[in-house]
Amino acid sequence: MRSRRAVVFTVLAVLLVGGVLASLALGQLPISPQQLIGTILQGLGIDNGWAPEDPTLTDALWRIRFSRLTMSILVGALLSVAGAIMQAIFGNPLAEPGVVGVSSGAAVGAAAAIAFGASALGGWSVATAAFVGALLAIVVVYLTARSKGRTEVVTLLLTGIAVNAFAGAGLALILFMSHTASREQIIFWQLGSLNGSRWIDVLIVLAIGLPCLLIGLGLSRRYDLLALGERTASHLGVRVERLRIVSIVLVALMTGVAVAFVGIIAFVGLVVPHLVRMMLGPSHRTLIVGSLIGGAALMVWADLVARTAVPLSDLPIGMLTSLIGGPFFFWLIRRNRAKAGGWA
Amino acid sequence: MSAVAYRADGVGYRVGAAQILADVTLEVGYGRVLALVGPNGAGKSTLLGVLAGDIAPTEGAVALDGRDLAEWSVQELSHQRSVLLQSNAVAFSFTGRQVVEMGRAPWLGTPRADDDENAIAAALEETDAIAFADRPFPTLSGGERARVSLARVLAQDTPVLLLDEPTASLDIGHQEDVLRVARRLAGRGCAVVAVLHDLSLAAAYADDLAMLHHGRLVAHGTPAEVLTAERIEEVYRTPVRILADPDTGRPVVLPKRSLA
Repeated sequence: MRSRRAVVFTVLAVLLVGGVLASLALGQLPISPQQLIGTILQGLGIDNGWAPEDPTLTDALWRIRFSRLTMSILVGALLSVAGAIMQAIFGNPLAEPGVVGVSSGAAVGAAAAIAFGASALGGWSVATAAFVGALLAIVVVYLTARSKGRTEVVTLLLTGIAVNAFAGAGLALILFMSHTASREQIIFWQLGSLNGSRWIDVLIVLAIGLPCLLIGLGLSRRYDLLALGERTASHLGVRVERLRIVSIVLVALMTGVAVAFVGIIAFVGLVVPHLVRMMLGPSHRTLIVGSLIGGAALMVWADLVARTAVPLSDLPIGMLTSLIGGPFFFWLIRRNRAKAGGWA
Repeated sequence: MSAVAYRADGVGYRVGAAQILADVTLEVGYGRVLALVGPNGAGKSTLLGVLAGDIAPTEGAVALDGRDLAEWSVQELSHQRSVLLQSNAVAFSFTGRQVVEMGRAPWLGTPRADDDENAIAAALEETDAIAFADRPFPTLSGGERARVSLARVLAQDTPVLLLDEPTASLDIGHQEDVLRVARRLAGRGCAVVAVLHDLSLAAAYADDLAMLHHGRLVAHGTPAEVLTAERIEEVYRTPVRILADPDTGRPVVLPKRSLA
């Protein structure tokens, strides 16, 4: 098991590093590996001969490509770890921020902030509004779908439909009421894209996301115990009520901050933890670390495809992940149904 | 009599108009096995939940080691008592061994964590669960799940054990095993409370029996004192006769049957 874990983590890390290198080198702005290393060294304050002569080139790399790459790593890690934590507290592998409507809740919050001009106050206000929306959505889902310490799959998914529909209507209302300029901004942002990520945005995501990831990792042992049921977890010394509240806030923060800057990117939190569980088992320490690296790798590659697949255009990454994640979800439902003997 | 683990004093539990437990007063001593018996819906699991600290009684009070149960923190309780519930579902495909390891969670970061390996091995051994310990829990049979769950409780290694129907879905051999384990634990000074349905099994292994009926304690004493034909017929509404086990002299409860 230990060697298997080492192998899987190594493979995931190689995928991530490979994706990072490919993303750095490829794109509309052609750049040689040498120039790339030179630019990075220069950025770190080391003068060297490899950096491109043209300062606009290095500037563009730093301003556009590097920040976008960092954002994709962060968002991928946050979304998949949020999925893993959500699955832990619901005791159900189908719980995911996008599927059950937490992302939509965040989107309504963020869209409201954009439409009513709060975005002029900077990224923090959009992120805060997204967090509030996400928190409301997850609390509604939790209270509705959970009864007597269990989550029925049907109830969970129906609640997700309701929350998504309600949030969709809210979004439509905001679009209807907003000006043409912000309307366009909301539509493109909502499709999900890492395009135009600025360093200030990256810093906000990092400032909120990193503590959440660390706290989630610190709680991993308690998530294992939660798999035994809430009463048994409490018999083993877990303060279940507090764990639930902290986890719900964590998921809302991680989803909210990701959605605020890159829009809705669904299914990442479903696909990545599931694959990691299949390879390494359900223990949450390995699951969260694996989801963190795997999510980052997936998002880096997905974004690379999004911005290079069609020349001179940037596909919405949310569309891309849903195209792949949707069918995966169908398969997961079918499998879950056959295996768990119904809808338990 | 040795030291007292639990002292329940006039414990009642009411949900709305339904009185689920009423005026239950009893003591559970260290070094003894107490069997809770009674018909379905008599309040046995609720009483166990009250003793576990899951359910706060609406009347009366329970003390563990002389201290009101409400004053114990979740962590302190996890060091003092372990609980086996009736339903033992596990979300996600943890293996049996991983489930048993989780029983050691309360000792994480304490000197007793050094015993983890031994406690896990001993628990799997005592419940005869080694053969399927490395299979995913959801793929195990009902009886195998029950044994793994019991092993998890044993691994927690606490002075007090609360077992809700530990013999349900076990074959006759493993039923006897479980009660022998309970006796052995009591021999080491543990207090064991077990909800049991098989009255003869309870009589054979328990020091004391407490019979509940409609949430009330109708009898509490040695198996011979509690298990009279009259009382069982009244509480369970079926005619029985009481025999004496030829080897131990303990009461054996036999329903009166006819082949007609």
